[in-house]
Amino acid sequence: MSGILNSSIGRKFAMALSALFLMIFLLQHFIINFSSIISADAFNNLSHFMGTNWLIQYIMQPVLIFGVVFHFVMGFILEIRNKGARQIKYAKNNGAANSSWMSRNMIYSGLFILIFLVIHFIDFWIPEINTKYIQGDMSGLLPSGEYRYYEELVHKFQPLWRVALYCLGFVFLALHLLHGFMSAFQSVGANNKYTRALKGFGKAYAIVIPLGFIIIALVHHFNH
Amino acid sequence: MNLTLKIWRQKNANDKGKMVDYPISGIEPDMSFLEMLDVLNEELINKGEEPVAFDHDCREGICGMCSLYINGEAHGPDRGVTTCQLHMRMFNDGDTIYIEPFRAAAFPVVKDLVVDRSAFDRIQHAGGFVSVNTSGNTIDANSIPVNKHDADDAFDAATCIGCGACVASCKNSSAMLFVGAKVSQFALLPQGQVEATDRVMNMVKQMDEEGFGNCTNTGACEVECPKGISLENIARMNREYLKASFKG
Amino acid sequence: MALDSKIPKGPLADKWTNHKNNINLVNPANKRLIDVIVVGTGLAGGSAAATLAELGYNVKAFCFQDSPRRAHSIAAQGGINAAKNYQGDGDSDYRLFYDTVKGGDYRSREANVYRLAEVSANIIDQCVAQGVPFAREYGGLLDNRSFGGVLVSRTFYAKGQTGQQLLLGAYSAMNRQIGRGKIKMYNRHEMLDVVVVDGKARGIIARNLVTGEIERHSAHAVVLGTGGYGNVFFLSTNAMGSNVTAAWKAHKRGAYFANPCYTQIHPTCIPVSGDHQSKLTLMSESLRNDGRIWVPKHMEDVKAIREGKLKPTEIAEENRDYYLERRYPAFGNLVPRDVASRAAKERCDAGYGVNKTGEAVYLDFASAIQRYGKEQAHVKGLNENDAALVKKLGQEVIKNKYGNLFQMYEKIVDQNPYETPMMIYPAVHYTMGGIWVDYNLMTTVPGLYAIGEANFSDHGANRLGASALMQGLADGYFVLPYTIGDYLSNDIRTGPISTELPEFEQAEKNVRDRIESLINNNGTHSVDYFHKKLGKIMWNKVGMSRNAKGLSEAIEEIAALREEFWKDVKVPGTADEFNEELAKAGRVADFLELGELFAKDALHRNESCGGHYREESVEESGEQKGEAKRDDENFKYVAAWEYKGEPKEALLHKENLVFENIELKQRSYK
Repeated sequence: MSGILNSSIGRKFAMALSALFLMIFLLQHFIINFSSIISADAFNNLSHFMGTNWLIQYIMQPVLIFGVVFHFVMGFILEIRNKGARQIKYAKNNGAANSSWMSRNMIYSGLFILIFLVIHFIDFWIPEINTKYIQGDMSGLLPSGEYRYYEELVHKFQPLWRVALYCLGFVFLALHLLHGFMSAFQSVGANNKYTRALKGFGKAYAIVIPLGFIIIALVHHFNH
Repeated sequence: MNLTLKIWRQKNANDKGKMVDYPISGIEPDMSFLEMLDVLNEELINKGEEPVAFDHDCREGICGMCSLYINGEAHGPDRGVTTCQLHMRMFNDGDTIYIEPFRAAAFPVVKDLVVDRSAFDRIQHAGGFVSVNTSGNTIDANSIPVNKHDADDAFDAATCIGCGACVASCKNSSAMLFVGAKVSQFALLPQGQVEATDRVMNMVKQMDEEGFGNCTNTGACEVECPKGISLENIARMNREYLKASFKG
Repeated sequence: MALDSKIPKGPLADKWTNHKNNINLVNPANKRLIDVIVVGTGLAGGSAAATLAELGYNVKAFCFQDSPRRAHSIAAQGGINAAKNYQGDGDSDYRLFYDTVKGGDYRSREANVYRLAEVSANIIDQCVAQGVPFAREYGGLLDNRSFGGVLVSRTFYAKGQTGQQLLLGAYSAMNRQIGRGKIKMYNRHEMLDVVVVDGKARGIIARNLVTGEIERHSAHAVVLGTGGYGNVFFLSTNAMGSNVTAAWKAHKRGAYFANPCYTQIHPTCIPVSGDHQSKLTLMSESLRNDGRIWVPKHMEDVKAIREGKLKPTEIAEENRDYYLERRYPAFGNLVPRDVASRAAKERCDAGYGVNKTGEAVYLDFASAIQRYGKEQAHVKGLNENDAALVKKLGQEVIKNKYGNLFQMYEKIVDQNPYETPMMIYPAVHYTMGGIWVDYNLMTTVPGLYAIGEANFSDHGANRLGASALMQGLADGYFVLPYTIGDYLSNDIRTGPISTELPEFEQAEKNVRDRIESLINNNGTHSVDYFHKKLGKIMWNKVGMSRNAKGLSEAIEEIAALREEFWKDVKVPGTADEFNEELAKAGRVADFLELGELFAKDALHRNESCGGHYREESVEESGEQKGEAKRDDENFKYVAAWEYKGEPKEALLHKENLVFENIELKQRSYK
């Protein structure tokens, strides 16, 4: 078991595990965000719970951060190693003949997602941490006495540039997932009679979830 | 047919190498790709130039010796064939055809289009066998019944000809399809179960040491494989490897 | 020197067991002190190398390919025979022995063939233990199929890739020993001479095909598993690299060459499409189980077909000549290979060939598709009179049986064989002749062994389908490892053989001189030019049908061509690099010598037997009129040729064949 991360399969396994974890997180994030276009109260309550529950804040949040960082760092390590496995490039390579654009460009869709995440952190996460842990306001309330989460969300989606960037980020996430979802299952060794069904589900997931995030952003942008 | 060939020429392993253009005419659609190269070589010899070196032997698609990256694909544009079975009718008069060696750090070029694929052999030395003596003092063949589906799957994995098209096609030069096929063949048969743990650990270790890249599941190998070896074999190897790793 | 075949005394069935009990053994500690060189890593060489290493000998194995796994054994399609009697259909060691001797037209050695039959069952056990994925039935047990010219189901198979799977089995056994350091593998090395010291084979000279380096390798014994020499015809189903060089060098160093003229011409190959053709592709003999062979009855139909004005499917049933069914009503399309090949040639020579070169006949699956389709429709309770449905169902059955062969045919010929008949023509496939060996598989040079297709021993004048794989593995796994111990037991005190001996020096010098003269020749024609010319002579005058006049001409023509070759061949590049043309030149030079001996042997054997057909020796009356006529009175012997300078001066030694357990009969398939 020791040293599994030194083997090619071990690394891919770790990559896949972190990916599966992130995909579950993404689903959870989506459900909460989606609630914002149904009911402001539901969104506020869920956000407050997530933002103040000790299990989420002190256990899951660090795990998530580790997961994200690990996935990116491992992604870069693998990319560097893979580049080294072919030092002389082909004069002519017809990759489209045998594989999808998404599968061949995970590093680029991943990089764009990384840029998006950095902005997302600066935009949403850092102010949130600032309010809660630097200023010490754990109430989650506006001066008006209402929860602040929904208000803040709506406010964030007002500038067009942010909405545009947000949408673009999710387009790349969709591309990343279109290959990544199934790839993660293959890497952990799941390829059997359920694979066809899983492939269909993976495609649906890769399109529906990012599209949902985009719709949420557009709804808030145009409704307010 | 008249064609323009762009061929990788490299005198030996230490030479830098470059693409060289060769116009060729009088090619018939019924010729195999290698017969087209035979025609070119005959012309080159008659002109006093050095013929193009390329690997080939059986010319019926089973020995795995022929290689070539043709117009950006291992074994060329046809499916389910090796280069020796690729026919010129797949091309059109006036085409330009790129002919390059299989590229991978683990497959160094020997000369022109010939590469050294002995890394595959070394992976097999590490565990591509069942440790039975060849003394003949084995038990009767029919005392080891094998489920027909497993036997058929093992056969499908075993049809790999070790040509290296998977490595050449993979954007990461990964050898996972080749190794996966061998691991699968034995993992599916009771004869191979006994040393399954050691086998997969040793073969993957050797594969990594040879400098092949990681599998990113693009599926290019499966598409380009002349024998249609399935990606399921890679998943099976992943399972076997993880099982073996956690066993310790 | 009189030939001593060293056949053990005693009843046929006990000879091998008794022999094993009586020969000398080498104790395990001493095996470590003994080196063995194995040249060639196909089924015979690979299995021998693995087994010798496992016994404890230090093995050096050589192959000219980039990996042992590429050896041409890999291309065998149909299967491997073994007298397992799993089907309970009355098979036995004796029946396999009988079928093999009869199939070989009574020109093989009884004791060797019986031993082959005896160890055959064990091959299957061995291969299954190694993880060879043979075809299985739903109950999980091994499946069998039947094969040309026998009455039982004894052929084990792995779809159409049996040779590949068996070779990978032997290769895996080798890998295990390479991993343990007991085999030192030399890939991309070609043997260019045998070194004989004090009358014993003590090593080889090899050329590293990547660097061009000439290397000396010594050992206490040398084993040749270097395959057949069908490429002397230029076009054959052999791999491009298959060659006679190792065997020919051994011959020149004193090993007798036996029955060189026994060549198997396989009836079902894809026809030649033009002058550019580099090799021929075999379609498994199993196709003849369902395909019917025919040519048009009328010359005007033949002409129309060649001009593209008529399609074969448009020719009415009554205007087709199913010539095998006509001539051999009892066996029909399933006559042995040699008979089927000659019949195709006879029709094409008469002008009825159906492609532009006039050398092709049809192999038609239409009636099998109809038959299977009706059967399926009946089984499924569908309308048996719905023509389209019947055709579709029938095609599915055919696809399941021969799908990969049909696909291969379509890739090469660009015609869909489900819709239009295949075109086939005979092609050179296997050589039954080879280096003469005694019962121990030792050649006439002490310490030099020949196994598999490289020797002559088991198939007589014609080999049965699915028997080549059996012989290769029998020799390598189960025979040679025993018999070589008897010889090596005298070498336990010899110690390592020095490569500095004058014999090594001389052999190396010869090799270097020859390479130099090829490289510096600077002639006007490429190696292939000469090889193709040789092939034409061989095919036209020493091919499927031979006569004294043609053979005499061939001998002269080959000698003249050889002279021209050495004057005018052009080998580009240098000696100290990867140089395929140089390697080819050396091989063709040897073919140019072998070809002459081949023709000489064919000329001297004035009888028709198996694959060797002399127009002078045919039945002149009776039911068998026009069929091949064997002459047991004058030719019931093995012709072993001793090298005497020029091939045409080779000296004939006869090993008389004694048949004590089998009655000699004329083969009849009428």
